[in-house]
Order: sequence, then C-alpha cells, then structure tokens
Amino acid sequence: RAEWAWPVKKTLSKTGVKNIVLVDGVRTPFLQSGTTYADLMPHDLARTALQGLLNRTGIPKDAVDYIIYGTVIQEVKTSNVAREAALGAGFSDRIPAHTVTMACISSNQAMTTAVGMIAAGQCDAVVAGGVEFMSDVPIRHSRKMRKTMLSLNKAKTLGARLALLGSIRPAHLAPELPAVAEFSTEETMGHSADRLAAAFGVSRREQDEYALRSHSLAKRAQDEGLLSDVVGFKVPGKDIVSKDNGIRPSSMEQMAKLKPAFVKPHGTVTAANSSYLTDGASAVLIMSEEKALALGYKPKAYLRDFVYVSQDPKDQLLLGPSYATPKVLERSGLKLADIDVFEFHEAFAGQILSNLKAMDSDWFAKTYMGRTSKVGSPPLDKFNLWGGSLSLGHPFGATGCRLVTTVAHRLKKEGGQYGLVAACAAGGQGHAMVIEAYPQ
Amino acid sequence: MLILSSRAQLWHPRTHVNYELKDDVAVVRLNDPTSKVNTLSKQMEAEITQVMNEVWGNAQVKSAVVISTKPGCFVAGADINMIKACKSAEEVTSLSQEGQKMFEKIEKSPIPVVAAINGSCLGGGLELAIACQYRLATKSKKTVLGTPEVLLGLLPGAGGTQRLPKMVGLPTAFDMMLTGRNIRADKAKKMGLLHQIIDPLGPGLKSPEERTMEYLEEVAVGVAKDLAAKKVTVDKKKGLIQKLQDVVMGFPFVRKQIYNTVTKKVMKQTKGLYPAPLKIIECVQSGVEKGSSTGYQVESENFGKLGMTAESRALIGLYQGQVACKKNNFGTPERELKTLAILGAGLMGAGIAQVTVDKGVATILKDTTLEGLARGQQQVYKGLNDKVKKRGITSFERDATLSFLTGQLDYSGFQKADMVIEAVFEDLAIKHQVLKEVEAVTPAHCIFASNTSALPIRDIAAVSKRPEKVIGMHYFSPVDKMQLLEIITTDKTSKDTTASAVALGLRQGKIIIVVGDGPGFYTTRCLAPMLAEAVRLLQEGVGPKMLDSLTTSIGFPVGMATLADEVGIDVAAHVAEDLGKAFGQRFGGGNVELLKTMVQKGFKGRKSGKGCFLYGAKSKDKQVNPGAEEILKTFKLTAPPAVSGNEDVQYRLICRFVNEAVLCLQEGILPDPIQGDIGAVFGLGFPPCFGGPFRFVDTFGADRLLQKMKRYEEFYGNHFTPCQLLQDHARDPSKRFHK
Repeated sequence: RAEWAWPVKKTLSKTGVKNIVLVDGVRTPFLQSGTTYADLMPHDLARTALQGLLNRTGIPKDAVDYIIYGTVIQEVKTSNVAREAALGAGFSDRIPAHTVTMACISSNQAMTTAVGMIAAGQCDAVVAGGVEFMSDVPIRHSRKMRKTMLSLNKAKTLGARLALLGSIRPAHLAPELPAVAEFSTEETMGHSADRLAAAFGVSRREQDEYALRSHSLAKRAQDEGLLSDVVGFKVPGKDIVSKDNGIRPSSMEQMAKLKPAFVKPHGTVTAANSSYLTDGASAVLIMSEEKALALGYKPKAYLRDFVYVSQDPKDQLLLGPSYATPKVLERSGLKLADIDVFEFHEAFAGQILSNLKAMDSDWFAKTYMGRTSKVGSPPLDKFNLWGGSLSLGHPFGATGCRLVTTVAHRLKKEGGQYGLVAACAAGGQGHAMVIEAYPQ
Repeated sequence: MLILSSRAQLWHPRTHVNYELKDDVAVVRLNDPTSKVNTLSKQMEAEITQVMNEVWGNAQVKSAVVISTKPGCFVAGADINMIKACKSAEEVTSLSQEGQKMFEKIEKSPIPVVAAINGSCLGGGLELAIACQYRLATKSKKTVLGTPEVLLGLLPGAGGTQRLPKMVGLPTAFDMMLTGRNIRADKAKKMGLLHQIIDPLGPGLKSPEERTMEYLEEVAVGVAKDLAAKKVTVDKKKGLIQKLQDVVMGFPFVRKQIYNTVTKKVMKQTKGLYPAPLKIIECVQSGVEKGSSTGYQVESENFGKLGMTAESRALIGLYQGQVACKKNNFGTPERELKTLAILGAGLMGAGIAQVTVDKGVATILKDTTLEGLARGQQQVYKGLNDKVKKRGITSFERDATLSFLTGQLDYSGFQKADMVIEAVFEDLAIKHQVLKEVEAVTPAHCIFASNTSALPIRDIAAVSKRPEKVIGMHYFSPVDKMQLLEIITTDKTSKDTTASAVALGLRQGKIIIVVGDGPGFYTTRCLAPMLAEAVRLLQEGVGPKMLDSLTTSIGFPVGMATLADEVGIDVAAHVAEDLGKAFGQRFGGGNVELLKTMVQKGFKGRKSGKGCFLYGAKSKDKQVNPGAEEILKTFKLTAPPAVSGNEDVQYRLICRFVNEAVLCLQEGILPDPIQGDIGAVFGLGFPPCFGGPFRFVDTFGADRLLQKMKRYEEFYGNHFTPCQLLQDHARDPSKRFHK
C-alpha cells in the first residue's frame, strides 16, 4: 500500500460537528487472572493506566475536564472506580469522575460519553478508560444469611441476637458467586456462543484455526514491538510486568484435544478458542481537535460516527457487530470496502466467525435486520492483524479502549484512512465506531 | 406395459419413511405426509420395517439414526383409529404383537441405532425410541416424552411395559405409565430416559427450527459414528442413588412391596373404575418376575383386552372430542385481539387475566376497589410465581409476562379494548350497568363478553346498543387449571363475535364448547338438577361424607358435597333459585331454603371456612360442619326405602344430570353430543370413565336408563321424567349419540 494513498479518500469531517480526536491511548499489560496481579485491587490497575497516560502524553494534571471509566464486575469498596483511580494517579482532585457499565463495551461507552461531552461543548479534554479485575470478584453471603446479618444489626437484646444466630442453618453459609450468565435468560455466555456457532454452522476446526490465527498474530505483533500501547507496571512485591501473558500460539493438534467447555459432549467452544478471564486496564485521552492542537499535540485519529445496537439476548446475544457494522457505515456514508482496518472484539472464535457469516448473508440481513441486502464480510487481511481478545486477553471493561487505540496505531502503521471498531456485549448489545486517521 | 406395471408393483413408492446415507450412517427419516403429526399407523410401521431391513441388509452401513422431519413431532403415538377399528380383542392383541416384534428387532439390531428426538415423543413413539440403543433429544419446549396410553384406557403395548422398568427403574416406570404425564427433555435425561440433550438453536443462516433439526441430525450422526467406532458406549452413568436403588430392587420382597403399594394407590385413586392401571402393573410384574417372553405375552393380551373396554372407548372419545374442541369452526376473526379488558378482579377475573397475559396479550384488569384489585393482581402474580418455583418459567419471564397486565379502577385505556370480559357480581342490574358503562367508552368493534354462569346472555344484551357484539364466555374456577370454556351465543350474536371469542379461548389454551343461550346454558343447567337431587339426599339423611363417597366411587373427581362447598353454597342457592324459577318443577327435589339458611348462617362453603364441611384446620380428615348438620335436621325428609339404596342414590344423581344434558341437545342448546360430553367431563367432572353423559347413554343403554328413571318417577314425579330424545333412543336401540 502506497503511503500517499490516504488523501484519495475524503475526510469524514462534517460541518457543524466538532472534530474530536484521540490524542493517545495506553493500557497495562493484560494478564490472565490469578497471575501477577492477583493481590491487587481494580483501582490499582486503573491508576496504573492513568499514570501511564499522564507519562505518555505529558498532559498537566489539571488540564483534563473529566474522567470516565468503564467496568463490569464492580468491587463494592470502589464502586466509582474512576474517582478512586484518578485521585490515586495524582490527577487534580477538582476533576470529576464517574464510572459506567455496559458489559464488554463499557470502555466504549466511557469513550463515547466523552465524545458526547466534548461535542456538546461541556468539556474540551476528557480521559476515558476501562478496568477489569477478575482475580478477585465479590462473592456474597447467601440472601438468607445477609438478611439474618442485617437483622442482627437491629436486634436490641442479647436474646434477640442469639435467636437470630440460632436461626442460621448450614445451607445459609453457601456463598453466592457472580456468574458470567445473562440475568434474563440464565444462560452462560459460553453456552450461548456454542449455540451461536452451531446455528451458523461454524465447525470446531474453523474455530480452532481462527483462535490459532489470533494467537499467532498477537505473538508476531508482540515480538515486533507493535503493541506500543502497553505500559510497564511495577507490581508491588513483584517484578515489572511489561508484556501480555496470555498469548500462547499452540498447534491444531493440541487444541483438538480439548473437550468442549460449555455444551457437553457435542459442543465446539473450548477453553482454547474462547477469550479467557483477564486482569487489565486501559485509558485514552480524548480532546476536541482545537484543544489538542492548542496544547501542541499531534492527535492520532479522529473519532467519528458510532452506534449502539441491541437484540435478542437469548439467541442473538453475541451478534452485536453484525447489527452495528452496517448501521455505522451507513451513518458515515461508507461501504465496507472503504474500511482499511478492522478491529473486532473476539469474545469467542465461534462468535467472530458467526458474525462474519451473518454479515455475509442476505437472508439474515433481510429476515432479522430489516435490511435490503448484506453488508458483506470484512476481508481477513485487514482484520484483527495484531491479535485480539482471544490472544491478548479480555478484561471486560478495558477492551474497548484497546480496540480504538489499536485501530489508530494500525492506521498509522498500515497507511490506511478509515478504521472500524465493533464489539458485542452481554445483554445482547453491540457497538461500532468509525475512526479516521489523523493527517500525517 | 405388462413389465412396467409389474415393476411398479414391486417398487412400492415409500411415502412415510425414507433413508439416506451420510458416510456409513443410515439416516432414517419419518414423515407422514397426510398429517401434521407422525403416528405409528400401519403404513408407517410397514415402511419402518421395510427401511430397517434394507439398512440392515446394507453392508456399508455401520450405524443408523432415526429422526422425524416434522417440526415439533417425533412420533406422537400409535394411530388411535387403527385401534378403534378393531372388532375383537384378538385383533388388538395382534397389533400389539406386530409392534413388539418390530421394536424387538430394533433393540437387537446388529448396528447401533440412535433415536434423534425433537418434539413430542409419546406412546408408541417413546416405545420406538427406547427400543433404540441411544437417545438424544432437543431441549425444546415442544419436546416431551411420555406414555399417555393410560389416559386412553390402554397400556404401552409395544414393549413399553417391559423396557421402561429396565431403563428407569421400577418406581419411575410405574410413575410414568400410571400417570401418563409428559416429561421434558432435561428431566428425561436425569431419569435415564435420554443419553444426551441438545439445546435448540437461534437463527443462523436458516430459521431456528430448520437449523435446530439439522443440528440434531448432525449431532446424532456424530454419535452414531462414535457408537459404531466404540468411542462412546450406550451405558449411562448412574448416580449413587440410582445404584442404590438397583441394589434394593434386586430383592424380590422389595419389589413385591412396590407392586402392593402401587396397586393400593391405584385402587384408591381410581376406585377400581379404570382397568388399565391394574393391567399395566400386571404386565410389568410378569416381565420382571417371569422373564420377558411372558412379559411380552401378557402385555399384548392385556392390550387386546383393554382395547375392547368401554372405559377405553370412553377415554378415546374424550381425547378425540377434546381435539375437536380445540378448533375454531367460526372462521378467522376480522380483527386480531390486541387488548383485552376484564371487569372485576375476583377469583374469576384474575384467573382470566392470568391465562391471557402469559400469551402476550395486553390485559387491563379493572376493579372498583383498591383492595379487590390488589388481591386480583396478587393472584396473577402468585399463579406465575408458582410456575417459577416449579421451574416452568424463569423469574425474568414472569416479570416480562406481568408487564402485559395493567391494574386500574377506572375506564382509562378502554378506548383501545378489542374485547371486554365482565366478571362482576351475578346480578342482572349490575351487569346492565357495567355493559352501559363499557359501551360508552369502548370502540364500536369492541366485543362485550359476560362470564356469567347462569344469567341468560340475551337478558344481559337487552340493554346493549350493539347486541351482535355481546356473547357469553363461561370460564370455570380455578381458571388456570380448568380447561373448559363454555361460549354462549344469542340469536343476535354475530359470527365474527363468536369467532373472536373462540380465538381468544384457544389462545388461552382452553377446550371450547359453543352452546345456545338460555338459563344456565348447558353446564350449569345440567349441574342444577343433580345438585337439587344432592340436596334432597342430604335432607333424606345421606350425610355429606356419605354423599361424597357415593359420588366419588362412581368416578366424580370431587364429591358432591365438597363440590357444593367449592362452588359456594351461596352460588348454588342463587343458581338453584334462578333456574328453579326458569324451569319449574323439573328442577325441584331439594329445598332451596336449606341452602339459603346455610348462607344466612355464614356457611358459604370453602371461601367462608364453613359449608357442608369445616375448613381451615390442617387435619387431613375433613370434618362435617355441625352447624350444617343442625340445619339438615330441621329440613329432614323420609327416604323412600325402595329407591334409596346406595346404587339407586348414585343413579338418581346420574339420571338427573344425563336427562338434562339430553334435553339440552333436544332443545338445540347443544350443537352436538361431542360438545355435550366434553363440557360435562371437563367443566363439571362428570365421570371420565363414562366418557360423558351421551356416551353413558350409548354404553349403558337408553332403555335401561329409561326403566330406572320410570321407577324414580313413581316416587319423585317429574324430576325424573325422561325427555323425548331419551325416549326416542330407548325405543330404537339403533339410535346412538356416538357412531
């Protein structure tokens, strides 16, 4: 691809709409949960990402108007993790911060909230990010036990307290674990992914091949130093972590040995072709173009149109990208062929391949999306070339910022002009965003 | 030409069963092109045998899959008409033997056969499946397994009584075969009936239904290959409890104890009125204790015997009648019903709301007081929440269902109502008032349905501006449990109004009879004379407990005294008085004042805690209400000894019911005997073993019945005067209500 190719395509700038730019983005190394980060807390990871962003951009600690973080499983002590992390990272205590949640597109929501605030003229510079910490999750007492304990607080006499304590049965002591299951359908996501793959006729072999591709590409990107959004982290009491630790290119033979993880015995989704539980945090600096230029920055990309979609959380839980892609392209006046860089969130290999098939089906477009024809399937030679959530890891709340930063970096590296981010999320929701390279 | 035709004869075109090779797996597909469901008809059986022989004869084939290509149905059972057409027990027995042989061949198949089940797998369908070496099924809501033969007065006659005990253990096998209940796939897997279950799929590149069927086949073919390659075995992992059970069942005295217990339970529940359950026990016992060849023989012989019983014919008649009453014979309504409004949040109103919201219909529940409304809404919530507790639906589905319900005290939103059902107090003046109020706020197309149990619809419609839109919809309490809906049309009710009411009833899952207008319509009108007779019997000194036992022992599910308490003594008094006025002497017998006195004393039945019996105390043994006994004494009459024996007492009750039912047909209130039988059994609990009042006349003999009535007439006068139609049938034995 010739470097001079980009000016041929028109810019997506619209009159009357502010140009909003990504100044830069960073993330902590994504680690499999239960490894080096095991003893930390979520805000430690978020704080590290924020400090990394401060260091990388050199932005003054009071030049930011607002901070937004996305997260999914909340640590109850730091339910507004954005605020705790920002204070700890040394941002001015005069900068308000809030936390958003939208399953796996939580940090996408943090970023688009920032875009909205800037577009509305309320802010000029916003930090958005995401964090997820799966090494420790809130495990609760059973409801009955909680009720007894709360009543205990109110019990006035010793007798009343003893009576309450006496009412505790062994069954009350069974804890309640958070499940990666839909509340509305009680189905785990992996189970739904397996059904989705079966519905689209995606074979086990195809899934394993795709997963292997993801790990191989991630390994190459890591080895070639392309994952420049990663900032090192000196974990207290441990070494400096500077690399993602879940990238494991395996062999088809090794992968074929695994048993299905969710649908037994005939399922196709396994531990090897699914994303794994991950700890990690990310952060991006978003500004109006004017502000960025005024502060002397060379922005990395324009954040253009974005959409959110939602559909049946039972049978189409993970089809968000299929719905969001044609919609966001339409808003931008682009065709699929105009896109140079695709970064899709890889929840499961089967989910990615199902989405590719759905996007390539006229029948699906007409029957379920109310469209006249298919949008088409993204060509794999532009698709997730530096690995994806399957290999790099997927800290639920943090993945969105990684996708956007990666698109910006790949556009620059590959000389493309338009990038597309798309992701699915629990609840049967989805998101897509068009990103335009900043002129060199 | 000659060659061609002889060839055509040799090459029978197969219409129901075919097979295809997928690598070395023969996929045998069942599809009866003449019906919505697959049944084991002669044709189907012949083609299965033929295809399986071909499969076994093909050396290339290493395993087989049996699957249906019908959405929502594997095999729904044996062809009932095939059994009905038999003229002798021997003929039925030979049907059973043919089935046994066919399935035994499959059981002993040299290659593994996998049954891939989606949809109903019942009766003969289940027997086919359990003859296969391996079974997998979709977890679709439509997938149900079971042996419902007992509900038709039959038994699983194609090896079912022999294979099931081995597969699921003695107690579970008895439970399945004696209750005939449907079992969902996940439960069936736990019971050991299935090896594997498959979740239904959502949309992909094809519709969910189509793709799920394909997927089922793909997985089944995979399993078949693995079975042939011995990568998987047909053995199911047994849990500790199951292993323990197997050990315990190894002791003959334990098994004997089980046979005894089960027999006792059956006798208690059936009062010995149904022969099938006892025959099922006999078949199982013979097979387990004396070996399968004896078992098979007893099974086929018993099947033959049962096929010829009046009970089986009655139950089959009810089954087929019920299927007939689940159709809309009035065409498609002009408008689809989107919003239903219900007036009155009492037991009935809330019950109707419950069976409507869970079908996704926007439902307004209106009451006049906040307390009444709250009670009604709680009833709907509880009804749905009970399903959550039984894991029928999720709590999320419960909440989503409840979002269709709007509770209110005013008429707001009624401008959107397509139909209004009133379930207010049974008083003509109040009915008139609400009808006028409703017509003032609803659109012109809105239908007004009255859930009255006795008031003539034409009287209610008298004040209507749109009498063609007025109809009766008589639900039975409790609405979510009772399957019957009696729809009442007047001369003025339009066909579209009827079609709409039937369409709603069908959506609510009801079995529907459509009858003409008149006091008490059909059901209440039949019940009233029988209740009058029951009151008479109480006056004559038959105590409430005795009355209950005399009625349950002929097959009424609820004893007559208990029934009166359930319906409400006040309602009974009301109906007795109203219908007594309308029909005069014929409805006499018991003294209405007796009921009225009970109501005055507050003995309104279960709802007031006291009626014929006392309620509230948790003791299992029902106590007679001493207050009611006191009242009975004051109304005491002498019983004529000649017609007061236990059997006569029972016949007196039956006669009055049956005569009134036949009179309803004679007068054109009832369109046909089928709906008469269905209404009586499903609405009033008329003994199912008789198949309904009309089948009872056919079976018992109209002339015999007439003789009995004449005898009672001598003592009681025109309460027992046989109606003209009954006399006609008595005179001419060739006349029958059912062909």
